[in-house]
Amino acid sequence: MQGQRWRDLTIQALLAAGLLAALWWLLDVTASNMAERGIRSGFDFLTEPAGFAIGESLLPFDSADSTLRALAAGLANTLRVALPAIIASTLLGTMIGLGRLSPNLLLRGLCAAYVEILRNVPLLLQLLAWYFVVTDLLPLASEAVQLAPHVFLSKSGLSLPWFGGDAGLFDLPLQGGMNIVGGAALTPEFLALLLGLSLYTAAYVAETVRAGILAVPHGQSDAALALGLTRVQLFRLVLLPQALRSIIPPLTNQHLSLTKNASLAVAIGYPDLVSVANTTLNQTGRAAECIALIMAVYLILSLLTALLSNWLERRSGRWAERS
Amino acid sequence: MTHITCTHAWLRRNLFADAISGMTTVLLLAGVLWWLPGLIDWVLLKAVFKADAAACHAVNHGGACWGVVAEKYRFILFGRYPHAEQWRPLLATVLLLSVIAASGLRLLAGRRLLATSALALPGFFLLMGGGYFGLGAVGSDQWGGLPLTLLLASMGMLLAFPLAIAVALGRQSGLPLLRGLCALYVELVRGVPLISVLFLASFLFPIILPQGFSIDVLLRVQAGIVLFAAAYLSETVRGGLQAVPAGQHDAAAALGLGHWQSMRCIILPQALRAVVPSVMNSAVSIFKDTSLVTVVSLYELTGSLSLALAGDAEWRSYHLEGYLFIGLIYWIGCYAMSRFSQGLEIGTGDSRLRS
Repeated sequence: MQGQRWRDLTIQALLAAGLLAALWWLLDVTASNMAERGIRSGFDFLTEPAGFAIGESLLPFDSADSTLRALAAGLANTLRVALPAIIASTLLGTMIGLGRLSPNLLLRGLCAAYVEILRNVPLLLQLLAWYFVVTDLLPLASEAVQLAPHVFLSKSGLSLPWFGGDAGLFDLPLQGGMNIVGGAALTPEFLALLLGLSLYTAAYVAETVRAGILAVPHGQSDAALALGLTRVQLFRLVLLPQALRSIIPPLTNQHLSLTKNASLAVAIGYPDLVSVANTTLNQTGRAAECIALIMAVYLILSLLTALLSNWLERRSGRWAERS
Repeated sequence: MTHITCTHAWLRRNLFADAISGMTTVLLLAGVLWWLPGLIDWVLLKAVFKADAAACHAVNHGGACWGVVAEKYRFILFGRYPHAEQWRPLLATVLLLSVIAASGLRLLAGRRLLATSALALPGFFLLMGGGYFGLGAVGSDQWGGLPLTLLLASMGMLLAFPLAIAVALGRQSGLPLLRGLCALYVELVRGVPLISVLFLASFLFPIILPQGFSIDVLLRVQAGIVLFAAAYLSETVRGGLQAVPAGQHDAAAALGLGHWQSMRCIILPQALRAVVPSVMNSAVSIFKDTSLVTVVSLYELTGSLSLALAGDAEWRSYHLEGYLFIGLIYWIGCYAMSRFSQGLEIGTGDSRLRS
């Protein structure tokens, strides 16, 4: 046993030494490469003025503000599209997942077709297609489609009534000659990303929900029906609490990959974190720093989600025990 | 008579079981019937199939302009590859696809599959790159379209798999340092989006490699995809390893097998067989994810479509038809893989029953 322990220690010491040597060599090569090409390093660019504009932003931002603020605006934009998409995809996905378990053949078939089509085409392609549909095939703002009173859809995006404005509680968009004034305007980039992410992730959520409900033993439904529960009661009191336990972990994974997939915004020009960092990278040449920042932010998001997921799991466990 | 009652019973059971089901059927049917004629019109009846921009313009999006595919299919499928030499990527694609299909249909397995792959992959590179046997050299910066997509996906899978097994075994190792490093790698990669890994491969690899040791962007991006895929695959393999009962270890040890011997002959075969469906899921993901390399300027299927249409004022308003065309190619690939994995699940079940 003593021999084994010494052997393990030696192997690990060699491993650590090899790793450190490789790391040192890489850093050395990198430093000399960077010196040769005149690339500066460090995070000082974060406090310097960004020097570029951001198409849309929750945080007020202009090009004289610092790069750090630009990245923060990017992160805010990521969350601004990811959070509504998470809610939309969860609702739609749950409905489709339940639809796939319906006794009605037509409903089951349509829901299955939705999942099989959306899941088997790359998200990037779907985003590009939605973006093209919004920016090229919709009418001009002067001929905007009115979806509902004061809701206009056109090449320039979607205009909605929103709180505030001069005339009262709501600020209502109105058609004014060449374009639409007032209300809240959602840009085509935001719309395409929101739509693409929600529809694509809904297919995965549907599969998660379906698998979770199928994982509840069949005897449970039989027993509940024998006790005289209605189908709604069966679902609410028996299937859902048990299914949630196996649905929540993969569901949070889906939400996390949705947030990561929001980085595809760079392909359609929505200024999310990755796209702002990419612009910064091209302007400052600080590749290592920018990529490290993107990765660090996403790792922190992953960690927070994991914590939230654990907390939810504990809660759902308690809820199942109570009911 | 029985036939009619059968149909009636079937309808009743599947579409009109109760009031809610009946109403759902009627509503859905109405929706489909309202929507379907317009779709058929757009896709088929009013569509333009000839590569005739004027005719496409005349229908003004009332029908699909499949003419854009007829006009541009060579550019979409093969990217910027020299036009006169495009039989080479065609042949390379057919070669790669037939090896993949043959292994999928289990016409080839084990050593024969390895031997064929060992011939097919160099054949692929020879056809694409040229430089020998009188084939003109074509730089990898001119490769594009479908062969590039297939190359990135199949090499990604092929190279990620051994790495994933190594990492999964590393996470079970008795050495805390090795275990920690493997866990760190997996969690790091799984926590970040693929785009950031591709940026890393395309911007950072040139800076961290010694001077004069430049590798081209295709190889760097391929390395990025392999590193990314291996992290996800290793979690799958680890799941498989944990599913092998502990008794198998003990039994192998009792028979006098060493650690590596028992891994190779007893544990890994069972672990891998258990995770075939998840591995196929990963393969589907990698195939779809290759579309992201267009962000770092490699023109695979998605990128070559944009390249083909964006600069052409005559055809650029028919992007949607182009997206649908390559969407169909991706869909066929992904659907075939997921069907194949469902077939395998049944297949492995059988072999377990037999043994």
